[in-house]
Amino acid sequence: MSSLPLLSHATPERIIAWRAGCPVTLRQFMAEVRQLAARFPAGGHLLNMCGDRYRFSVGLAAAILTGKVSLLPSTHTPGVVRQIKVFAPDVFCLTDSDSCTVDLPQSRYPAMAAVDRDDAFSIPEIDVAQRIAVVFTSGSTGTPQPHVKTWGGLVRSVQAEASCLGLLPNSPCIIVGTVPAQHMYGFESTVLMAWSNGYAFCSDQPFYPADICKALAAVPAPRVLVSSPAHLRTLLDAELELPEVSLVVSATAPLSIRIAQDIEALCRAPLMEIYGSTETGLIATRRPTQTAEWQLLSGIKLAVKGEGVQACGGHVETWTTLNDVIEPVAEGKFLLHGRIADLVNIAGKRHSLASLNHLLNTIPGVVDGAFYMPDDTDHDRIARLAACVVAPGLDAARLLTALREHIDPVFLPRPLLFVDALPRNGTGKLPREALQALVKAQSARASG
Amino acid sequence: MQDNHKPAAASTAALQLEVAELMIECLNLEITADQIAPDAPLYGDGLGLDSIDVLEVALVVSKHYGLKLRADSADNQHTFNSLRSLSDFIAEQRTR
Repeated sequence: MSSLPLLSHATPERIIAWRAGCPVTLRQFMAEVRQLAARFPAGGHLLNMCGDRYRFSVGLAAAILTGKVSLLPSTHTPGVVRQIKVFAPDVFCLTDSDSCTVDLPQSRYPAMAAVDRDDAFSIPEIDVAQRIAVVFTSGSTGTPQPHVKTWGGLVRSVQAEASCLGLLPNSPCIIVGTVPAQHMYGFESTVLMAWSNGYAFCSDQPFYPADICKALAAVPAPRVLVSSPAHLRTLLDAELELPEVSLVVSATAPLSIRIAQDIEALCRAPLMEIYGSTETGLIATRRPTQTAEWQLLSGIKLAVKGEGVQACGGHVETWTTLNDVIEPVAEGKFLLHGRIADLVNIAGKRHSLASLNHLLNTIPGVVDGAFYMPDDTDHDRIARLAACVVAPGLDAARLLTALREHIDPVFLPRPLLFVDALPRNGTGKLPREALQALVKAQSARASG
Repeated sequence: MQDNHKPAAASTAALQLEVAELMIECLNLEITADQIAPDAPLYGDGLGLDSIDVLEVALVVSKHYGLKLRADSADNQHTFNSLRSLSDFIAEQRTR
């Protein structure tokens, strides 16, 4: 059996995390992981809802030590939680919040006992084939599709990531993330990248621009800011003074060149973008102020298969279809030309349009309905979906409540337009142009 | 819901209307300002805002009234509960 260590830090006194301005050593982290592992319920799967990145990380490590699989759905609506329970009936929820409403057996993150410096210390070796996490995509029929992540694949992926970002192994950098650890990007780039390259991460998930500045200021340099276009744009607009940052990382959606340039000017540091997906994890990086071309991580190859492009190699163990329009341009390089028509990406959350339409049409009282994704008009504004619905007996509030049961709020239609009929053609298909015309006409009527 | 964090300054109906209009403009909402009830929740079943909207509104409000929003104080957890709580926060913190 081949194995890799849980953590790659050089000594027990190295720092793995910063909480409220205080460092946490590897020794303390491992002691708390073992305390939590000893208290875990018997179930083989957990939904790790801890909002504090440090606690999430302790929960993940304790799960790995006890052979439990962490489930990472894209959202936690009641409908999705029910589907998670069908997928893994023994699942329990690890939470650090008093107001967690997830309808699963809950295990409260405990207060930790003090750590004795003389305790035995060791870093566990983990089998590369061990199943660490299952991440879910929306699927096309409304049922989330599972994707298994193994220890070997995850470690290879985040070690290649650090190398592409120009970060040296075991350098003392501290990752401050504005993205949640429960999302594939935050999972890899804020938690696992720190674990497997010997870095530290900040336990906060700062939200407002002033919070981001404060979280950065609370940790020493060199700082790495792992963020998304939505946060970076508001950070720019807030015109605040930022502490020194060595590197800014952005993912979830392409950043406009103007914002990339302004962020580099504000931070006086390079901005690197990451491209990846739930299915593959991250597979490429680029520095948008220098090139439009994406550089694949070492070992990953692309192949044009039918209408799509697939990736394989490195940590991507089987040929996997990429859900974007990709043009390979040279060995290891490609250009990105937007998303495939069925897939919507709002603030880094992806959903299949077919699946959204399926969910809409299963709501009692909906006779016919379709979601519509407007063309990208303003690159830096987050676009919202529209929906046209034939539902004579329903009002908007009831329909939205029913949808909210199943889909993340970012996908809720805005506007939601009630119509007499959808412009379906003779074969029952709904041409995008016809739907677009209907949305325009109805929106104009509503606002006029 | 019990209101444990009532700010010292209460907002006026005029400020609430102004804040409602800022939100509608910034988020392209298809309602009029008088349709946002002062005490209806802004998240979830009320106006249906999500965290991306809150980030947008926070930015506009910060610039318009010259204040900083932070998530780490008790008051701030409560700021985006309703139009009234947001307006109260603005009334208390505004510098312009």
